[in-house]
Amino acid sequence: MDYRLNFDAVWRSFDLLLSGLALGLGLAIVSIFIGSLIGLIAAFAMLSKNKLWRGIAVAYVTAIRNTPILVLIFFTFFALPQLGVRLGKIESFVFTLTIYSGAYLTEVFRGGLIAIPPGLREAGLAVGLTEWGAQRWVIIPVMIRNVLPALSNNFISLFKDTSLAAAIAVPELTFYARQINVNSFRVIESWTVASLMYVFACYIIAAGLRLVERKLAIP
Amino acid sequence: MDVAQFLHEFWIARGAIWDGFQMTVAISALSIFFGTLLGLFVGLALVYAWLPVRFVVRIYVDFIRGTPVFVLVLASFYILSVIGIQLTAFQAGILAITAFCSTHVGEMVRGALAAIPRGQSEAAMAIGLTFRQTFQSVLMPQALRQILPTWVNAATEMVKASTLLSVIGVAELLLATQQVISRNFLSLEFYFLAGFIYFLIDFSIERLGRFVEKKLAYC
Amino acid sequence: MMSEPLLFIENLHKSFGKLEVLKGVDLTMNASDVVSIIGSSGSGKTTMLRCVNLLEEFHEGRILIDGEEIGYTLKNGKRQRLPKAQIARHRALTGMVFQTFNLFPHLTALKNVTLGLIKVRKMKKDEAAEVARHWLSRVGLLDRQDHYPGQLSGGQQQRVAIARAIAMNPKLMLFDEVTSALDPELVNEVLNVIKDLASDGMTMLIVTHEMRFAFDVSTKVIFMNEGRIGEQGPPAELFNNPKSKRLAEFIQNSTF
Repeated sequence: MDYRLNFDAVWRSFDLLLSGLALGLGLAIVSIFIGSLIGLIAAFAMLSKNKLWRGIAVAYVTAIRNTPILVLIFFTFFALPQLGVRLGKIESFVFTLTIYSGAYLTEVFRGGLIAIPPGLREAGLAVGLTEWGAQRWVIIPVMIRNVLPALSNNFISLFKDTSLAAAIAVPELTFYARQINVNSFRVIESWTVASLMYVFACYIIAAGLRLVERKLAIP
Repeated sequence: MDVAQFLHEFWIARGAIWDGFQMTVAISALSIFFGTLLGLFVGLALVYAWLPVRFVVRIYVDFIRGTPVFVLVLASFYILSVIGIQLTAFQAGILAITAFCSTHVGEMVRGALAAIPRGQSEAAMAIGLTFRQTFQSVLMPQALRQILPTWVNAATEMVKASTLLSVIGVAELLLATQQVISRNFLSLEFYFLAGFIYFLIDFSIERLGRFVEKKLAYC
Repeated sequence: MMSEPLLFIENLHKSFGKLEVLKGVDLTMNASDVVSIIGSSGSGKTTMLRCVNLLEEFHEGRILIDGEEIGYTLKNGKRQRLPKAQIARHRALTGMVFQTFNLFPHLTALKNVTLGLIKVRKMKKDEAAEVARHWLSRVGLLDRQDHYPGQLSGGQQQRVAIARAIAMNPKLMLFDEVTSALDPELVNEVLNVIKDLASDGMTMLIVTHEMRFAFDVSTKVIFMNEGRIGEQGPPAELFNNPKSKRLAEFIQNSTF
């Protein structure tokens, strides 16, 4: 084996790697926000008395959670155009990641809603709030605070899943790492640096989210 | 969608898809097997090992878990060859997913052992069992029982992760499907088919997990 | 001229599936009345209170507050539950205090009180806070206004819950076994707050197991038995000369 470490090529492209990291973070943030909305709606649908809503929500969650995300990514990007739905790489990926995170967040929110004692809703109603008001001002805020740790974990895995965007040539961190690897043959350097960037980013995100959790936790 | 055409193309492609399916099963099974084996040691090391060893293993776990599996697969594929380890794409991919699996299992084992009340080992020591005996007949049986349902569900993660090997050219189910699509252009139908097969595999594993959980809950 | 009764309940029926819990209850309360409902568990006391707050649907009978029928209306001769917004408005005519406090855990004591004032009564924030502080000081917790429920004792939480209910300026306060979940040493601080409100002339309907308290505070006591009103009357009469055997037994088995 005759391989000398040389990080020059990596440092020269470090800006690209950083921009890739930022794009990945952005993709994850957009997806978790829209995904939360979907998850919240689907969670209420799952708990509703209406069989049709419940059926749709269960089908959505079961189908998405049991399908590999790479298949979903390819499906959206390569197969949906056959139905006339033509999205750009980034839009296509965000769409997939949103639908994907929505399914996982549905489970999180559903669990959170079930765990809220019924007396809380009644207390909301008793002060004259409407059904929607009790959900909006009491149940949902309490539930969100309770599931924050699960939300954080979800966000971190979504962030890691953004690496898959490279498979459809979205220029995020993994994409650039591979590019450096192929162009400069600095194989070990590019992958080590990319991995470390993911690891540190995860650490920092996790630490940041812990702070948020602590700040928002119900005393 | 033309059903007759799809069935016709499916008949032509059945062999390729079947091969891909077998490859997927092989990748998943091997990764789960080796990953679990390694993971048991990782878990034990995280709880019982000499502090410096524990520290090293902790870094291994955090590093692997902080890196997206996709990056692990790519890094394993590209790096090993330049440092003189000649592995096929198939082997390199399995190595990456094994590492991924081992950290999952390791954390499970650590969590399960940590969850056993201290009184259990104290009681075992009190009736004169050695550490080894305590571990074998008191701690491990309890930990395994707790791990089993989670472990079965982690298997679905490995099946999903096996799709990542398509990117490094291993003709598992996803790549086999893509190759079929490149011949017949029925992307919608065949991506859907692939998704459905993955769904069936993962859904069955998930059901198995619930079954095991129920069985264990009774005793 | 006779004034309208503040609460008028007529022939109230309520079932849970096949189990009939209320089998025709009639009750009239005038303003400033304090009525305590006693009876063994399962006698329908709590269910009746929850019907008045419209937390339970009921299948027969009418409830009128200040002359207005709440919860239901007749449409083409058919009895119908009112739309949700109406229900919410009717519900706000009464203030409910629960056995398990049910404070909103994510809000401070002050915000627990102001939530309804702002969202339902549409008050400005400052105005709501002023009202809330007034009532928090009435229940002796002004210094705890910025504490979260998790930082308060059970008795303190229940007093905040009382302030939350009464700040909405209800015509009638409903108390559902409000001391049952409390440690014994915390019971009195809550009962004293209720007595204090009674002396203000607040109209109150109280479900309770505290016989001494019911005796002291009530203008009338009702004994519920198997979904019906078994006996009712002024506390002294009811406790000292029970007419039915069931009530006599119940009083004998209760601690004062």
